[in-house]
Amino acid sequence: MTDAIQKTEKKKSSLLQLDARTRTRNAAETRFKAYGMIAIAFGLLMLSILVFNIVTRGAGAYQQTFVALEVELLAGKLDEKGDRNLDDIKKVSTFGYTPLLSNALEAKVAELEIETDLKAKKMVGILSKSAAAQVRDYALNNPNQIGETVGFEFLASSRVDGYLKGRVSRDSIGNDKNISPAQLDLADALKAEGSLAKRFNMSFITGSDASDARPEAAGMGTSMIGSFFMMLVVLVLALPIGVAASIYLEEFAPKNWITDIIEVNISNLAAVPSIVFGILGLAVFINYMYLPNSAPLVGGLVLTLMTLPTIIISTRASLKAVPPSIRDAALGVGASKMQSVFHHVLPLAAPGILTGTIIGLAQALGETAPLLLIGMVGFIASNPPDSIATGLLSPNSAMPAQIYEWAKRADPAFYERAWGGIIILLVFLVTMNTVAVILRRRFERRW
Amino acid sequence: MSTTSLLVIAILILATLGYFLASKRAISTAGGDRRKLHSLPVYYGSNAAMFTAIPALGVLLIWLLAQPMLVERNILSTIPDKLIPEGSSIGLVMSDVRRVADGLEVVVSTGTLSQNETLKLDTEQTDIRALLAGVGAAVGSDVQPEVLKAAQNYRAQTKMGQSWMVLIIVPLALIGFALSVLAAKPTFRARNTVERGILALLVLAASLAILTTIGIVFSMLFESINFFKLHSWTDFFFGGSWAPNFRGDSDLSILPLLWGTIYISIIALIVAVPVGLFAAIYLSEYAGPRVRAFAKPLLEILAGIPTIVYGLFALVTVGPALVRVFGRGQEGLLGLEWMSGATAVLTAGLVMGIMLIPFVSSLSDDIINAVPQSLRDGSLGLGATPSETIRQIVLPAALPGIVGAVLLAASRAIGETMIVVLGAGAIAKFSANPLDAMTTITTRIVSQLTGDTDFASPETLVAFALGLTLFVLTLGLNVIALYIVRKYREQYD
Repeated sequence: MTDAIQKTEKKKSSLLQLDARTRTRNAAETRFKAYGMIAIAFGLLMLSILVFNIVTRGAGAYQQTFVALEVELLAGKLDEKGDRNLDDIKKVSTFGYTPLLSNALEAKVAELEIETDLKAKKMVGILSKSAAAQVRDYALNNPNQIGETVGFEFLASSRVDGYLKGRVSRDSIGNDKNISPAQLDLADALKAEGSLAKRFNMSFITGSDASDARPEAAGMGTSMIGSFFMMLVVLVLALPIGVAASIYLEEFAPKNWITDIIEVNISNLAAVPSIVFGILGLAVFINYMYLPNSAPLVGGLVLTLMTLPTIIISTRASLKAVPPSIRDAALGVGASKMQSVFHHVLPLAAPGILTGTIIGLAQALGETAPLLLIGMVGFIASNPPDSIATGLLSPNSAMPAQIYEWAKRADPAFYERAWGGIIILLVFLVTMNTVAVILRRRFERRW
Repeated sequence: MSTTSLLVIAILILATLGYFLASKRAISTAGGDRRKLHSLPVYYGSNAAMFTAIPALGVLLIWLLAQPMLVERNILSTIPDKLIPEGSSIGLVMSDVRRVADGLEVVVSTGTLSQNETLKLDTEQTDIRALLAGVGAAVGSDVQPEVLKAAQNYRAQTKMGQSWMVLIIVPLALIGFALSVLAAKPTFRARNTVERGILALLVLAASLAILTTIGIVFSMLFESINFFKLHSWTDFFFGGSWAPNFRGDSDLSILPLLWGTIYISIIALIVAVPVGLFAAIYLSEYAGPRVRAFAKPLLEILAGIPTIVYGLFALVTVGPALVRVFGRGQEGLLGLEWMSGATAVLTAGLVMGIMLIPFVSSLSDDIINAVPQSLRDGSLGLGATPSETIRQIVLPAALPGIVGAVLLAASRAIGETMIVVLGAGAIAKFSANPLDAMTTITTRIVSQLTGDTDFASPETLVAFALGLTLFVLTLGLNVIALYIVRKYREQYD
């Protein structure tokens, strides 16, 4: 025995000094762990880049450049007969109001002693194209003010606004026929005198979309109303139907092939691409049932079908979490099966069901693709609806569809609004998810 | 107020009345002693309300769905072929008819003309278009005499249908009301009937899932069949180019689109699978509870962000950044001239990959956690390092589940729409260059079905064939993935 030990060469091994093989193995271990950390860091980095992007690019939409001017509402131009007849005043189109604006600008320039070789007609270019309409609306609402000088705050044109926000520079406007360096000089001078300034823009949150030429006037308000009506439809339809379906599948359904088919079906429907639901909506609701195009009702129906599987899956999970002893106790004191479910199981599962519904709604709120197919884009909804029925049936947009619409217009001023819209959308989503998490934490019972 | 809403209100009032009458009657027939009743009085009331309202409302719903179709079919057969202008279709004429009929309805309801006067209208004597425009109903062109006649027919048949509807539904509700109120006696098992009714409603709700699937399949199948009548199926499945031309004679082949879709999905998976998998391994095997509680929800935020946000991110941020690296010649970072526009396969693929990271990581996390701890303990006890245990024990055991997760992620990538609509471009071609703009199935569905669409041309109908292919593709991937995941889970249960 002793010979045998002596014959084998003694392997150098120490607890303090690692051999080569252990070192490679440990290095592999460190590397492997590092890969994991890198993966997580990559994910978090992407998240922070995304959030940073959204915030920095979108914040601009909440600030807008305004120009303060005193406009003289010339009676000779707006109301030739002088009898303040509203029908006559209405005959003057917005073109008739443009000279008033150029007069006002000219007066301003003269008053502030700004040197510019721009013609008055060109000066108006620094104002939004909606300025004339703004004066006209005012004149129509206050006909007795015609002839007076009234102070207005006009939106500056998107190029001037971009210049103040640093999006537009003198170099970048070389081929831009909407703005000239001289107009930017004028804007600079007005800014120095305090008549042109950036301030918080409420109308981005409350207003409606505007045409391609007026990005500065576009807002999210109307599409928010569209989204609200769609969510109303989803809530009213998906919640009861989803809960009823889950109750049947979880509590009453016999174990047979029909139930199996329904279950497989639901899990598959949850993974069907959303655009397929859009095709379904187009074919069934619009081409077959002749429901109106672009209506929040149709959008809501499509999103209901899309959200149902999510709601069913989460409702079933929370029904399953209610222990059988509750059912047994109810049956034991003489309740029928139906009574035990509706009087005892359902109330106990309610917080879980609510959480699942809110998460399903949040998912539906951010969905865009199906809405494109039922025509909720390319449409400028100008007036908020006045009743629930028109809200459901009259054409409208939805928040994500509105964002897509702006993204498609390929104008940096509209990109800014798209990012700004995303901030509003994300605020809604974060709120809904937080409410869901709080509900779960506070009311979920562990048995 | 329309006939339908009046009818619904009448039925609901009758049902409420039935509820109170039946519960009263049940108590009075039991001599005021509710202990003699089989069920609680509430059930007698609910039974009456149920029998009054549900059959009537059900018939009403079916009627409302079926009547427009039947009327339409009748009217369609009366429209002469010569009425269909060149380049138009019967569907467009029919929508004109519908618009005129709706307009006439408004004319009558605002009192501009009486019912009889509208029947005597003549295209020779009255300018129908101006008449309708006066009440706010816009008609595209001048109204042809045949269209007016069809519209009048349409109105007459709709009216007749509505009177029949009232004649059938009102007695139905009354019969249900009378029978159920009379049945409210102590011996009647009201609770059992009501519960059976509720159960039927529950079954109906559960079968809506099947109905949705049937709806999806049939809505796409019928239009796809129409498409294949107009366009050869060999060109669709085996042709080489995609060049829709709204004057007709288009090349509509799915292959270039399929190539773009698969290419983008592969790039997305190349990004998402390693990152997601390593993130899942780190979170489940190495990370302490605090890191896990912090990193996991943050990663999952990526899954909750709407796809339109990723689309804009691709178009405005990632695309231009890639162009700065790979394009712009001397001005670019690498001095290359490989990429000209922001929309490219790589742009869309990268962003889609970011979107899929949390999807892959949370699925893999679940699967890795499902591997029994005893396997790990055995391996570590034999002296393996944690990474050796993961690579040689945990991952092989979790492999089927991970494959399932990757397949689910692939099905997500194939069906994703907004990122590729904004980030991938619109050019259908076979190219291996990831810096080229390419297009996908979902982008083409969106572009063929938005804007002015004519549901008789192959250029529009092809979207349904594309949709059906997409549905079959993703369904196949899901079924395989779910099968693998389910089979694997059974092993350790």
